[in-house]
Amino acid sequence: MRKFTQHTGVVAPLDRANVDTDMIIPKQFLKSIKRAGFGPNLFDELRYMDEGQPDQDCSGRPLNPDFVLNLPRYAGSSVLLARENFGCGSSREHAPWALDDYGFRAVIAPSFADIFYNNCFKNGLLPIVLNDSQVDQLFKEVEANEGYQLTVDLERQVVVSPSGEEFAFEVDGFRRHCLLEGLDDIGLTLQNADSIKAYEERRRQEAPWLFDAIHN
Amino acid sequence: MAGKTLYDKLWDAHLVRTNEDGSALIYIDRQILHEVTSPQAFEGLRLAGRKPWRIDANLATPDHNVPTTARAGGVDQIVDPVSRIQVQTLDSNCDDFGIVEFKMNDHRQGIVHVVGPEQGMTLPGSTVVCGDSHTSTHGAFGALAHGIGTSEVEHVLATQCLIAKKMKNMLVRVDGELGAGVTAKDVVLHIIGVIGTAGGTGCAMEFGGSAIQSLSVEGRMTICNMSIEAGARVGMVAVDEKTIEYFRGRPFSPKGEQWDRAVEAWKDLVSDADAEFDHVVEIRAEDIKPQVTWGTSPEMVLPVDANVPNPEAEADAVKADGIRRALKYMGLSADQKITDIQLDRVFIGSCTNSRIEDLRAAAEVVKGRKVAATLKQALVVPGSGLVKEQAEKEGLDKIFIEAGLEWREPGCSMCLAMNPDKLGQGEHCASTSNRNFEGRQGFGGRTHLVSPAMAAAAAVAGHFVDVRELMNQ
Repeated sequence: MRKFTQHTGVVAPLDRANVDTDMIIPKQFLKSIKRAGFGPNLFDELRYMDEGQPDQDCSGRPLNPDFVLNLPRYAGSSVLLARENFGCGSSREHAPWALDDYGFRAVIAPSFADIFYNNCFKNGLLPIVLNDSQVDQLFKEVEANEGYQLTVDLERQVVVSPSGEEFAFEVDGFRRHCLLEGLDDIGLTLQNADSIKAYEERRRQEAPWLFDAIHN
Repeated sequence: MAGKTLYDKLWDAHLVRTNEDGSALIYIDRQILHEVTSPQAFEGLRLAGRKPWRIDANLATPDHNVPTTARAGGVDQIVDPVSRIQVQTLDSNCDDFGIVEFKMNDHRQGIVHVVGPEQGMTLPGSTVVCGDSHTSTHGAFGALAHGIGTSEVEHVLATQCLIAKKMKNMLVRVDGELGAGVTAKDVVLHIIGVIGTAGGTGCAMEFGGSAIQSLSVEGRMTICNMSIEAGARVGMVAVDEKTIEYFRGRPFSPKGEQWDRAVEAWKDLVSDADAEFDHVVEIRAEDIKPQVTWGTSPEMVLPVDANVPNPEAEADAVKADGIRRALKYMGLSADQKITDIQLDRVFIGSCTNSRIEDLRAAAEVVKGRKVAATLKQALVVPGSGLVKEQAEKEGLDKIFIEAGLEWREPGCSMCLAMNPDKLGQGEHCASTSNRNFEGRQGFGGRTHLVSPAMAAAAAVAGHFVDVRELMNQ
């Protein structure tokens, strides 16, 4: 997994609550069997005026001029500022894949849906929870200042604004460690193979019906 | 010391180890795989040269992409090439790794969350995961079940474990007696309306109380299915006699002496009387009427006799803005009656409501009646091949066809429109599915979530009606 230590980038404000994963990446793009290439279809129904199709060249599609990512001032943005319950809905990991493929490295919101939050960490994308008033303040600052950038420092667990103001955030120790080091979860878990086998041995005695039942 | 909740018991029984940083490794008894969220996981295994830890913990079936019209031609005849490749990829991955798969034309194929319990793959006291957020459905049987992303699908394939953090305990208690025509779907929509789509975030949500106990296990599945729409990855109901009876004789259920031992163990799968919950929500069953969603989030829900909200009456600016946006998308005006919403299509199906009891409830309403002439389409999509066979044995297919509904092959279908079943732009649909998000059922489509009985009533009337009025005729 790609490491995340520190990132500075232009902030795009997506000012609506309950942004769901169907909105982040609509279902027709989930038919891909790959992990990459979802960026052009990120927020497809909000971003374009027509209905997108998988494997379509998006360069000639009519853009929705009102959608935030289509405004020239937010071109090249890599930090997404959002509202409460971001990423609600389905478990599709295509949502963080699409955000990542577009170029986002961090998402800041007052709250996230659980599965989406978890999926972000598996892909080197950092979801950051700040409180409502901090998020409100950032929305105002972004809107007032073209080219507004934030620095996200995972090591120190702070978001730093252009004026130097720092917003501390919490992140689970294990997840932080994995992101900072770019560690592969599976490799880490397999270091505990003996514990898993010991558990299975015990479980097989207690609940034998959970073993060997499903076969052709 | 306080007693344990059902969730505490399930967590403790599956804890492999706790790491110094507080994260834990929990053991996964069952994983269900489908074509959409597994290809990249299998690819990851191959790239790393890994093999599945346990073959016998997995079961696969294609559901999201499969056509629901005649499909005797097999997978090669799926018209959409991208869908076809995805289904073929599941088939070849399962063949390569030796994983049991109910392929598209196997009579046991169906929606993962219908098939798992139906086969006795899901069992009380087990941990069940699937790359699908509606995996919470399986919690209806006293299992610990939740959706995971594709990286975690790969992690479970490779290690039989998940890295997890314990959630909070939440109890939603529904006491009292549900009125006639008020179903499990109405209960869960009402709950989401009360606590909101993020009301259960970070929590394992147990549903209890006399109204939940009185529901069938299929009704409980409908409720747990939608716990994720209230933000809770995990929904659960305690084990009782109905749960145990449900599993007797299922293909993967324990047999003989093991059945007796299992039943003894399952009886403990209830929250202790002195267990403490972090959050408790209490709902009176008598307050629940048949529900209809009017907006673009499951929390935008009202009783069928209500009027669509007016943003001017909402004090919170973000919420008022949300109402305005939803009204615009849905093509509705503030204060209009829900019963005045005209429909274009009706969809009866999905992992929320495609089991035999759902089909019986819908058939009862349409029996001897006709679908409104103004409707473009009314679909009935059974949740599995076995549900379809049972329904046909009971003659439900004939009732639907005579009334003017289409009787289809099993799959996810119009719930998320990954196959050809979808809404056209601007069309209103009465749907028994679980999400009314923008574009969910088709680009520009407008979804209204309802129970199977309410969907059937809407199909007959061409607009929403209180199903209780039809029941009295």
